[in-house]
Amino acid sequence: MTVVYILWLREVRKYLRSRVQIIASLGGPLMYLGVLGFGLGPVFQRAGEGSYIQFMAPGVIGMTVLFTAMFSGIAMLWDRQFGFLKETLVAPVPRLAIMVGRTLGGATVAVLQGTLIFVVTLIAGFRPQSLLAVPLAFLVIALIAVIFSALATAIGSTLKEMQGFQMVMNFLVMPTFFLSGAIYPLEGLPRVLGALTRVDPLTYGVDGVRGLLIGRTHFGIALDVAVLLAVGVLFVVFGAWRFSRIEA
Amino acid sequence: MSDRPIIRVQHVSKAFGKVTAVNDVSFVVQAGEIFAFLGPNGAGKTTTIKMLTTLLRPTTGSLELDGLDVTARPMEVRKRFGVVFQDPSLDGDLTAWENMDIHGVLYHVPRHARRERCEALLRMFELWERRDDLVKTFSGGVKRRLEIARGLLHTPKVLFLDEPTLGLDPQSRNQMWTHVRNLRDSEGVTVFLTTHYMDEADRVADRIAVIDHGRLVATGSSAELKQETGTESLEAAFLALTGTTIRDESATAADQMRQVARVWRR
Repeated sequence: MTVVYILWLREVRKYLRSRVQIIASLGGPLMYLGVLGFGLGPVFQRAGEGSYIQFMAPGVIGMTVLFTAMFSGIAMLWDRQFGFLKETLVAPVPRLAIMVGRTLGGATVAVLQGTLIFVVTLIAGFRPQSLLAVPLAFLVIALIAVIFSALATAIGSTLKEMQGFQMVMNFLVMPTFFLSGAIYPLEGLPRVLGALTRVDPLTYGVDGVRGLLIGRTHFGIALDVAVLLAVGVLFVVFGAWRFSRIEA
Repeated sequence: MSDRPIIRVQHVSKAFGKVTAVNDVSFVVQAGEIFAFLGPNGAGKTTTIKMLTTLLRPTTGSLELDGLDVTARPMEVRKRFGVVFQDPSLDGDLTAWENMDIHGVLYHVPRHARRERCEALLRMFELWERRDDLVKTFSGGVKRRLEIARGLLHTPKVLFLDEPTLGLDPQSRNQMWTHVRNLRDSEGVTVFLTTHYMDEADRVADRIAVIDHGRLVATGSSAELKQETGTESLEAAFLALTGTTIRDESATAADQMRQVARVWRR
C-alpha cells in the first residue's frame, strides 16, 4: 500500500506544482463553455431544451476529466523515455502496485481538474438542482477518471513513441468526447450515431453526472453507474495486463 | 575485494528478432570489485546491464547476482542492486529529497532508516544543502551524483553505472569517480560500470571486459590488456581489440527523445 500511496502522491504533487498545466488545461473547457455555451444557448432554448449552460456543464466536466486522465498516458510515455519508469520497474515491487499507484494518481489529478472546471461552470451560471447531489456526481466523475486513466496506462504501456499519442488523440479521445452526448442530447439521434454513443463509456459518465446534477438522464443513473463500474474493472485489468508486459 | 563472485554470467545471448545484441557472453565479477565494461556504440553493454538488472530476459544462458538466478528470482535480485541508467531517471518536478524518499519506499526501507540514510547519502554526495530544490534546477553533474546517492539508499551489494559520466564536464567526471572509489572503500559495494572514456576505466577499474559486436573479446586488468595487445595505453588496447572503424548506427526512438529532451533543457 505504501508503494501505491507514494506513486499516487507523486502524481498529485507534480500536478499541484504545475501551475502552467493547470491554467493551460482550462483553455479548452472555457472555450466550449464560452463559445458553445453562450453561442448555441439561444438556439437550444428556442428548441425547447432549456438552458444550454445547464445542459452542457456536466459534459464539459466530463470532457475535462477525459482529457486530463488520457494525458496521464503521455506522462507515462515521458517517464518511459526519460527513465523514471525504469526506476520503478527495477524496484522489488509488483508491477500491479506501480500500475495502481500511477492510475489512481492520474485519476485524482483528473478529478481535481474536473473540480476546477465545476467551479468555473458555477461562475458561468450553472446551478446544480441539489447541493446534496454534488458529492454523488463526483463519485461518478471519479469513476470516469479511473476508467480513462487505466486506459491511458494501457496505451502508455503499449506505445513506444510520443508521436503515437497524436493518433490516440485524433482517433480515440476526440471521438470519445464527441460521441458522449456532452454537447448534444442523446434523444432522436440517427441510428448509427445513437449506436456509437452507446458503446462510448463517457456517454454513461456524462449521463450519470447530468442526471445527478440537473435531473436529466437518458439511461437512468443506475444503469450509468453499472456500466461505468463494469468498464472500470475491465479497463483496470486491461491496463494492469499491458503494464505487466512492458519491456524497458 | 574478495574472491567471492557476486556476478556470474554464463553463455548469455540476447536476440531482438534477427539481430543478436549479445552473443554467448561469459564473465565473473568478484565482490568489492570495480568492473568496467567497455565497448563501442551498439556493442551490447546496455543490453547486458538490462539483463543483469532484470529489465530484459536473456534468450539463452544464465545470469546470477549474489548467488541468485536473475531470471528466476527477479524480486530478490532487485533488492541487491542499485542502478544508474544512461539516461537520467530522476523526476525533475520533485525535490532531491522526494526522489530519494520515493526510492526508499520502492525498496521497502523503513521510514526511520530511510530518513537517516537519505541524510547520510545526501551529505556524502554534497547535496544536503540542495535537498529541497527541484531536480530540474540541477546541473548534469549534480543530477548524476543524486542518482548514485539514490542508487545506494537501500544499501545494495552491486551498483550498476551505465555511462554515468556521459555529457559531464571533466571536473564533474573527476568528482564522480572520486565518489565511486570512496563508496567502494567505505560501503564495500561492487561497482559494475560502462563508460566511453578509456582514461576513466584505466584509472578507476580493477578489471575491464571489452565487448564488441555482442561478443566478449578480452577480460583483465588494464595492465593485462595492454600487455596482451602490446600497446601502451588502454585506448590503444581498446582499438587493437575492437578495430578502428567508426560505428554508424541509426538513431533509436529513445535516442531521438533524448535529443529532444536536451534541446528542451536548454
